[in-house]
Amino acid sequence: MNAGRAALAAALISLAVVLQASVFDAFAWDGVVPDLALLVVVGAALVRGGEFGMVTGFAAGVILDLAPPADHLAGRWALALLVVGYVAGRVRQDARPGTTPNATTVMVTVAACSFVGSSVFALTGIILRDPAVDFGELLQVIGISLVWDVLLAPLVLPVVMAAFRRLEPAR
Amino acid sequence: MAILTPERLNRRGRLEHPEPGAPKRPTAVALVLACAVLLVLDLTGPALTPARRLLGEVYGPLESAASTVARPLTSTADWFQTQGALRDRVGDLEAANAALRQEVATAGFDRNKLAEYEGLTAAAQNMGYAVVPARVIGYGASQSFSRTVTIDAGSEAGIEPDMTVVNAAGLVGRVLRVSRSTATVLLIVDADSVVGGRVGSSMEVGFVHGNGVLGHAGRLDLELLDQSVVPAKGDTVVTWGSSKGAPYVAGVPVGVVDSVYSSVRDSTQRARITPLVDFSSLDVVGVAVPSGTRSDRAVIDADGKLK
Repeated sequence: MNAGRAALAAALISLAVVLQASVFDAFAWDGVVPDLALLVVVGAALVRGGEFGMVTGFAAGVILDLAPPADHLAGRWALALLVVGYVAGRVRQDARPGTTPNATTVMVTVAACSFVGSSVFALTGIILRDPAVDFGELLQVIGISLVWDVLLAPLVLPVVMAAFRRLEPAR
Repeated sequence: MAILTPERLNRRGRLEHPEPGAPKRPTAVALVLACAVLLVLDLTGPALTPARRLLGEVYGPLESAASTVARPLTSTADWFQTQGALRDRVGDLEAANAALRQEVATAGFDRNKLAEYEGLTAAAQNMGYAVVPARVIGYGASQSFSRTVTIDAGSEAGIEPDMTVVNAAGLVGRVLRVSRSTATVLLIVDADSVVGGRVGSSMEVGFVHGNGVLGHAGRLDLELLDQSVVPAKGDTVVTWGSSKGAPYVAGVPVGVVDSVYSSVRDSTQRARITPLVDFSSLDVVGVAVPSGTRSDRAVIDADGKLK
């Protein structure tokens, strides 16, 4: 991972976390805001592959876990976004080499990653008894965040993917 | 080592060329282990407090700036309320109006009673709390299942962990941790929050639990210590407070009794409380600090003056 790419990832993640906490809360749907950090991780993994996706996911998760106003156990979002980075990386890996993923593939990947990410986070919460929430509310939150992520993906992902692609060294 | 060889046989017996950028197994294992380490560190002790504080110092000012810049934009959300929501609102306001009219009719009696109580309270406990005003600059997302907010006042404004946060309507929550310019507040509707509460009319004490829901469905749950007392609908619940006012100062209104139900399983009386504060639209809040606290901003003192 070169320094430019790492700096770009750090800047995008920071922007996503700050927007998620301070701007999008005004447009929250039942308290659920779009997972911008997750979209950045998906974009990074689709362009650069699973290795980079997992590292980006881990870093984004740690920031989400520790930056205010987070109060859940640290490491839960890190694990969830790590898995997201892996899943999105697999999509790129399984696509025919040399082709860029088309729009449908990207949207399906976002939907799958959103579901997997929120679910992993919720499941770790249930296992570690972090906050006690019932199953119905949990499914509702996962569903709403999936809709949010799919709605925002066409706006966010092209920018993120273009930014990462620009930094890709010529092979 | 087999897992590090550049080419290997896959399950179908074909020779597999490693994709550029595919995750290497050692990296994946290291990252998962790092997550586990974080979880264990946070579960077992306060080892991550410095890290949380550091990120608070970095991201607090950023959130503060983003919130300020976006305020003209975010406030437009109120304009796009649906007609149904507005109609509900009119209904609510009409009901509130009727209740207030009724209150005015009995105000004389209440005022005399209040004057007595006030004299008593002032003499008995000169609380002497000043209030540091602050604005909410960040909401914890529902995806995280915990109800916390960031406010734009921190240790420089004289705020410390375990201080009470209020707004004009009533109790908001308590301070969990502070950075230089921001603080994280646990709302009382969080599923993990417990507040010592006292029913205003009977002075009975109990514990108020949150249910983790922010909006109109947000309710608190009051569990009374004395099972023989049944609180009446409409009774106000206030905090009973603890020594030195940490984490909650005494006498702050929390909510109004909405309904009473008995739990058959553990044979307890419980009351459902409607909180006085609208947690989904918090903006200006105040943090109760001891009188005479040094702060980076004007502090509303216990006698109502601005210092």
